Amino acid sequence: MKLQDLNSIKERVLSDVLESTEKTRVLVGLATCGIASGAVPVMETLTALAAGNDNICVSKTGCIGICQYEPIVEVITPDQKKTTYVKVTPEKAEIIFKEHLLGGTPVAEYVVGTVLPSGTKEIATCLEETIFYKKQHRIALRNCGRIDPEQIDQYIATDGYQALGRVLTTMTPDDVIQTMIDSGLRGRGGAGFPTGTKWKFASGNRGNVQKYVCCNADEGDPGAFMDRAVLEGDPHAVLEAMAIAGYAIGASMGYIYVRAEYPTAIARLRIAIAQAKELGVLGDNIFGTDFSFDIDLRLGSGAFVCGEETALMTSIEGNRGEPRPRPPFPAVKGLFQQPTILNNVETWANIPRIILNGAEWFASMGTAKSKGTKVFALGGKINNTGLVEIEMGTTLREVIEEIGGGIPNGKEFKAAQTGGPSGGCISKENYDVPIDYDNLIAIGSMMGSGGLIVMDEDNCMVDIARFFLEFTVDESCGKCTPCRIGTRRLLEIMDKIVSGDATMKDLEHLEELATYIKEDALCGLGQTAPNPVLSTLRYFRHEYEAHIKNKKCPAGVCKDLLVFNINAHLCVGCGLCKSKCPTGAIFGSLRKPHVINPEICIRCGTCISACKQEAVEVV
Amino acid sequence: MKTAQNAVPFNNDPALEEKLLAVIEKYKEEKGALIPVLQQAQDIYGYLPIEVQMVVAKGLDVPLEKIYGVVTFYSFFNLYPKGDYEISVCLGTACYVKGSRKVLDCLQETLGIEPGQCTADRTFSLDTCRCIGACGLAPVMLINDDVYGRVLPADIPEIIGKYQ
Repeated sequence: MKLQDLNSIKERVLSDVLESTEKTRVLVGLATCGIASGAVPVMETLTALAAGNDNICVSKTGCIGICQYEPIVEVITPDQKKTTYVKVTPEKAEIIFKEHLLGGTPVAEYVVGTVLPSGTKEIATCLEETIFYKKQHRIALRNCGRIDPEQIDQYIATDGYQALGRVLTTMTPDDVIQTMIDSGLRGRGGAGFPTGTKWKFASGNRGNVQKYVCCNADEGDPGAFMDRAVLEGDPHAVLEAMAIAGYAIGASMGYIYVRAEYPTAIARLRIAIAQAKELGVLGDNIFGTDFSFDIDLRLGSGAFVCGEETALMTSIEGNRGEPRPRPPFPAVKGLFQQPTILNNVETWANIPRIILNGAEWFASMGTAKSKGTKVFALGGKINNTGLVEIEMGTTLREVIEEIGGGIPNGKEFKAAQTGGPSGGCISKENYDVPIDYDNLIAIGSMMGSGGLIVMDEDNCMVDIARFFLEFTVDESCGKCTPCRIGTRRLLEIMDKIVSGDATMKDLEHLEELATYIKEDALCGLGQTAPNPVLSTLRYFRHEYEAHIKNKKCPAGVCKDLLVFNINAHLCVGCGLCKSKCPTGAIFGSLRKPHVINPEICIRCGTCISACKQEAVEVV
Repeated sequence: MKTAQNAVPFNNDPALEEKLLAVIEKYKEEKGALIPVLQQAQDIYGYLPIEVQMVVAKGLDVPLEKIYGVVTFYSFFNLYPKGDYEISVCLGTACYVKGSRKVLDCLQETLGIEPGQCTADRTFSLDTCRCIGACGLAPVMLINDDVYGRVLPADIPEIIGKYQ
């Protein structure tokens, strides 16, 4: 494989497939979210219909990005006009095939249209025209939903492996590190450590010691799935970037530590590694140089703490994934006691573009200390859920009200949670703060890996803080006392609060203990575990006080503080609630007022939504 | 750890053991072989009872207590068998704020078991998971490989009924 060969592959794939002037491309989003929504039968239907028709090319692609509309099918006609169809079923696929692909007229009824802030659905013909997409700037996600992730040729057609070629043939390892430093790229996994600086630490003594390059794909943050999207939609970007890093620090071996919960990502990574080795962009003497680099996969086994860098390395070594004290930092003593660098998937995905477009290009985006873009997994109580890649410095208001299309059902925004179990809740008073690493920390949260969960007036902030704490207690590895015992004691206090048994003294203890854990835990998981509690206390203290002083949950969530009751004056005895109740807790005969047995009732609220008379009350 | 589940006897199938020994042979010389071997052992047996851990200990020449330590550390490894239908409710943040706890409560009530347990007839086992990354469909539950999105407690009896 020579560098020039990349160009001939690129030209061939562009003219034959990606920018073909003869063929219509049909892309089916086959990432986990698409598959879960039923994209496989849609793909099968379209493939069967197109069989034998040389002018129609049906292919799979990764995550197109707007989850609630899966399964998504995109049609790109030879004039490069794109139409995005949403919520496609095999039946709809047949109609689209007949009317659009054969007949030439798009089926307007099935075309995308995200929700506008006004609550109405907009008119658009493809995803790029929607308000959800317009404010986005896709660098890490550049190929997701555009190419077939299982075809290395298509990655090459989007300038794939050109960056590696350029690095190996025209740059010294120190040039590469300087470019990373100049770009201002910071780690996208959570802490935001400058990537170039990390590489520089590990760059000494090249050629004389065994070093390793690791990819952290143990995306354990609940509610974050951007890494999964990159691995499923553009796995070669990660491989290429890891090889670039290998050259920069002088390593010949890389490991990708990926969660076992991501079977599709694992399968696509395996295919990508095999194709890259076959083509010679991984392996010995890449592009005819004396640089050799190999990559292997290691599967995580469901331990959140393994997202912490030292725990991840301990786990690859075959041990319980417990963190090690730092220093020594992994750049000095990491995997198998050798110098190692570890970056997260999204960080890797940015790197080939930085090499090709230059450090200045990357540094021109974002805020003073946070450059480039960040991908957020927008979810929770929001109209448009999905993956959004925005420039650093965008405000929460823009993300929620414009891109996200606001809160469903006319409810009021209460908080946005970022940073997962290590982060905090951002309240409306910080709606207009530009989102970047430092600002998020200043307001008591953190960037984390990029989950952004929106909560409305129906969510109880005490319950949410308790939820995250339960998670950290569950996932604490047990090595250090502040985390192992401290978080459990915190959870016990939270349990008292949500069940109405706490006093104001408990609230003091809660705050005191949270501060100690933050200062004294061994690793990032423990040090940040109290953040959800501290940030909700900071902005929603009144909700804690309502649980303690008034024994009430203002949002109507904490079950021990709720009793469901049917108002006998309003109940017409229609029996709807009785038939819908999943536990059979409602009794009564037809046309007579019904009653709820509180012993059997699990307070799920099904009866409230079922009742047309609004007779079910929460007291 | 439920003693009732410990009572399920281990069925030592020589064909399975042969497969396991082949896996051990393949990884023996590799650095950090233990976890990949345990992952594949679980693929072979469905779970990792102490008998299987002993085979791995002998084959890789690793102390059994280290293996037990690793197996109990990672949530992916099971010491007990699962039901024919493994139900998993996502308690990731996006699902949680959209009410997956209520779905879980309802499943516990309907099946009479807690997360981590298996029904007496080994038909259903119930577990929770932290985010399968299908947040756009929240709340989500899985029964084996079937994904159920936007689940309401009221849907549970019908969904469970499909598998009984």
